[in-house]
This record gives sequence, C-alpha cells and structure tokens, in this order.
Amino acid sequence: MTTIINFFIIVLICTGVIFSAVTALGLVRLPDVYTRTHAASKSATLGVLCVLAGVFLHFWLKENHFNPQLIIAIAFLFITSPVSGHLIGRASYVAGIKLAKETVRDDLKGVIGPEANKKK
Amino acid sequence: MALQVLLNFFLALVWMFMTESFTPAGFAIGYLVGLLLIVVMRRFFTYRLYTSRIWAVISLFFLFLKELILSSFSVFKLVIQPRLNIRPAIFELETELKHDWEITLLSALITLTPGTLVVAISDDQKKLYIHAIDFEDIEDAVQSIKTTFERAIMEVSRP
Repeated sequence: MTTIINFFIIVLICTGVIFSAVTALGLVRLPDVYTRTHAASKSATLGVLCVLAGVFLHFWLKENHFNPQLIIAIAFLFITSPVSGHLIGRASYVAGIKLAKETVRDDLKGVIGPEANKKK
Repeated sequence: MALQVLLNFFLALVWMFMTESFTPAGFAIGYLVGLLLIVVMRRFFTYRLYTSRIWAVISLFFLFLKELILSSFSVFKLVIQPRLNIRPAIFELETELKHDWEITLLSALITLTPGTLVVAISDDQKKLYIHAIDFEDIEDAVQSIKTTFERAIMEVSRP
C-alpha cells in the first residue's frame, strides 16, 4: 500500500515539475507575447496543480493530516489562471503590441487597440 | 433550483424533528427522504429537478479537467519539438450564450483548451476573439468549441 501511495505522489510531483519546466522553456522559445501566454496560462496551471495535489496526498495518506487549504488553493488556481491569461493578452493587444510575423489572420484588427482608436 | 434545494433542506429538518435524531446521520436520512418526496412531486415544479443540473455541473467539471490535461500536452509537444512551425491567428467566434457568467465560464474553458486563448470580447457580448497558437482550420475549431463547451454550459443553465 505504501508503495502505491509513494508511486502516485512521485508521479504527480514529477509531472508537475516537468510541466513547470516546459512552461519556462515555452516562455523562452515562443515568438511573441500571445503565444507565450499560451504556455504560461496552461502548462503552468497544470504544473502547479499537480505539485499541490501531490503534496496534499503526501500529507493526507502518509502524515495523516488532512489539509483543506491545498484543495482551496487548487480551486483558486483553476479560477484565476485563465482570467490572468486573458487579461495579459487583452492588455497587450490594447497597448498595440505586434503579433508574431508567423501570424496568418487577425480578425481583431480595428476592433480594439490603437488602430480602432485612430478611426474614432 | 434554489427553491428546490431549500425545500429539501426544510424537509430534512422536519424529518430530524419528527424522529428526534439531531445528528448528521439523521440529517442525511431526512435529506434522502426529502429528495424522494421531491422526485415524486416533480410535476408540480415549473423547473426541472435540481439533481439533473448538479449532474450537468459535474460533467462540465470533468470536461474542464480533460481539456486542461490535453491542452498541457499539446503545448508540451509544441514547445519541445526542435523546429517551431506554429501559425498563430486571431479568429472570431459568435456565441449564443446570454448571461455574463455563462460567457465568463465559456472564455475560461476556451482559455484552458488546446491552443486557444480568449483575447477580447466584443462590446455587445456576441463575439469572442480567440487567439489560436496553431491555426489550421477555423471551421473545425469553432465547431468543436460550439459542440462541446457551449452545449455543456447550456445544459447547466437550461431552466
């Protein structure tokens, strides 16, 4: 039983660490703000969630200490990370930050941002 | 919905008073009995039974979890491949959802799906502008969002 528990905890925390590393790598490699936000808002969420879940299981099953704060932290992360991703993307578009040169299509052009302000 | 939940609580309280068992177990039994009564009396309610909505919320949560894991793996693949061949794009999606909380939920779900990020919402709240990291077929993306998320959210908000 202890082996199974240990296995689960190790797998969860390792996944979390790997996804956090991928987030960091994505921040370095991707070309512009918007694509970087993709990496930051998804992989980082899952990475932190996995680490928190692993810590929760460790304290619950091995130290016999049920810690509800960790569950609340997971729930808060679920709610806040997509909002922060959206706000970073929107704020950078409004500020007029250019999209990467690979971009093939931009429906938002002229709706918000500097060009829409010029039109008015 | 809220009325049915309140009624169920009230029935559980009545059950506790009738059986003189003021314990959590007594409350649980009373709640189940009250649920049974509400199921039997469901044709007197104008809205559907609240348990089906709870079920819709649970299935939406699992959809959310699945999409989060899938999207993380797709970003993973994208980032660690040696050559970056991404084609980002911003496309618009017309939504049929009306309430503020539904649109918020939809954009949170879209942000956590593989390769999509909501950048802006139009002022009349009819269009979402979505940044896709690897843009292949717009119709496909729109259709998949519409069939999975929008339908799941509508299932929750249906009266």
